[in-house]
Amino acid sequence: MSTKTKKFIYNFVLVISVIFVLVWCIFPFYWAVVSSLKPNIELFDSNPSLLPKNPTFSNYVKVFQERPFHVNIINSIIVSGITTLTTLIFGSFAGYAIARLHMRGKAIVMALILSVSMFPQISILGSLFVILRKLGFINTYQGLIIPYVAITLPLTTWILQNFFRDLPKEIEEAAAIDGCSRLRTLFQIVFPMSAPGLVATGLLTFISAWNEFLFAFTFMQKPDYYTVPVAIAMFAGRSQYEQPWGQLMAAAVIVTVPLVALVLIFQNRIIAGLSSGAVKG
Amino acid sequence: MKVKTKETVVAWWMVFPAILVISIIAFFPLFKTFYDSFYEFGLRPDIERKFVGFGNYVSLFKDSRFIAALKNTIFFTVVSVALETAFGLLIAIIVNQPFKLRGMVRAAMLIPWAIPTAISSQMWKWMFNDQGGIMTRFLENLGIIEHGVPILGMPQTAMWAIIAVDVWKTTPFMALLILAGLQLIPEELYEAARIDGANLWQRFTKITLPMLRSTIAVALIFRTLDALRVFDVVFIMTRGSVNTETLAVYNRVLLMDRAFTGSWFGYGSALSVVIFLLISIFAIIYIKSLKLKLD
Repeated sequence: MSTKTKKFIYNFVLVISVIFVLVWCIFPFYWAVVSSLKPNIELFDSNPSLLPKNPTFSNYVKVFQERPFHVNIINSIIVSGITTLTTLIFGSFAGYAIARLHMRGKAIVMALILSVSMFPQISILGSLFVILRKLGFINTYQGLIIPYVAITLPLTTWILQNFFRDLPKEIEEAAAIDGCSRLRTLFQIVFPMSAPGLVATGLLTFISAWNEFLFAFTFMQKPDYYTVPVAIAMFAGRSQYEQPWGQLMAAAVIVTVPLVALVLIFQNRIIAGLSSGAVKG
Repeated sequence: MKVKTKETVVAWWMVFPAILVISIIAFFPLFKTFYDSFYEFGLRPDIERKFVGFGNYVSLFKDSRFIAALKNTIFFTVVSVALETAFGLLIAIIVNQPFKLRGMVRAAMLIPWAIPTAISSQMWKWMFNDQGGIMTRFLENLGIIEHGVPILGMPQTAMWAIIAVDVWKTTPFMALLILAGLQLIPEELYEAARIDGANLWQRFTKITLPMLRSTIAVALIFRTLDALRVFDVVFIMTRGSVNTETLAVYNRVLLMDRAFTGSWFGYGSALSVVIFLLISIFAIIYIKSLKLKLD
């Protein structure tokens, strides 16, 4: 085989493989978009077409008319938003103390926090439900936010801890010499310097709170309190046997597009954050 | 010395909120689950609480539904993690080659991971639908399934459909993790091997694989931890019917559905403990393989 044919085969295989990877990643999402734009008659065609023949937005209108989907979106925004803010505050305090301050047993503290990330949620589901019910927190925002803070704290603390460690120590030392207190150093110097890290970590926290299903499904039992994943999982038509797939796909697209956009914008930081959480030793 | 003591006090105050929240939400309920697993009781107030020792555990291992769920969970875990690792490695190698728009392809790989599992499960459920489902049509055309077979309604096919969704969602992510390890391999190694006349396969088995061993090991255990507690995708695709029920799905049935009608909560707690112990084994291996260093 000449080098030229070898090169040609390599390029050919590469192009096919790359197309395969792209189709793998995008097709289900693409199909949701296409299905959401099809009128009902087209949806169940025995030979589904790759593009809607008569595109319509009626599914997007119905999803808000026939069910409280906007309420579900608001619920998700409130729960994920407050979770993210709280986790970032708690996580950056803990992360900074572990990364920088003199403290005995910090390895144990970090191990304790990290161990929670390996807890199977199902193992605490029952007891947590009983506790939240006793507190009257079932069907309330705080009943979901507090558990979410606990389950997102480990990764957040770990990533921020790594981030603070990489900041130049000299600036904080200079501030200390100038008589700046530890807390003031933290708020006026460390946090502003860490803004990019905080944003990326916050986004990861937001996504995991936004995507969570098991707790939301168990602790929010009224449709008006459902978060988006629960509303979509519980999606039902007028009768048990008639699933409104067009509407369902419209709902899926509505909540996925902003998420996908955010992920694409912050892709580099997310990959860095995730690999430090999952792989870094 | 005095400064150090003051700093220690500040440090403890700073970790306190985090420790408090995880203690209330994770450690205390876990402890309580262990405690409850030795009792027979339900969530209805009129059901009497009775100490049964290891009774719940004994009955659990005689429960055929538990055994089936355990088998399903192990099958799901082994098959999906194996496929995700193999495809993940392949995709990592593909996107590590230089080509135009490489950054764009790598970004697209985050899409399956970013879509909530509850939503992607519904997207796939639609694609696997017996009427108008494009995957159903595709598999029929390939001759893999017969016409008119509801994929999610048959024991032989439903679990594979569930595995397909998990593999779809997680493989690109796995590939990105492996890619991070791949980029750490120095190019000189390959050049030296090429000069020595090593072919593509030899370079792959003698350089790439050994250099990636720890990355793959960590990703593999990380995924195993996740797969053993799988809930969302199974629950949404089949509700655990047609022999697809996993441990977590059965556990929720016991704790949340049956516990209100009979004395099943203690029994459910015992299953929660079993799941916890099962995952702990892998978690310990995971921690050992990471060799956590905190100065």
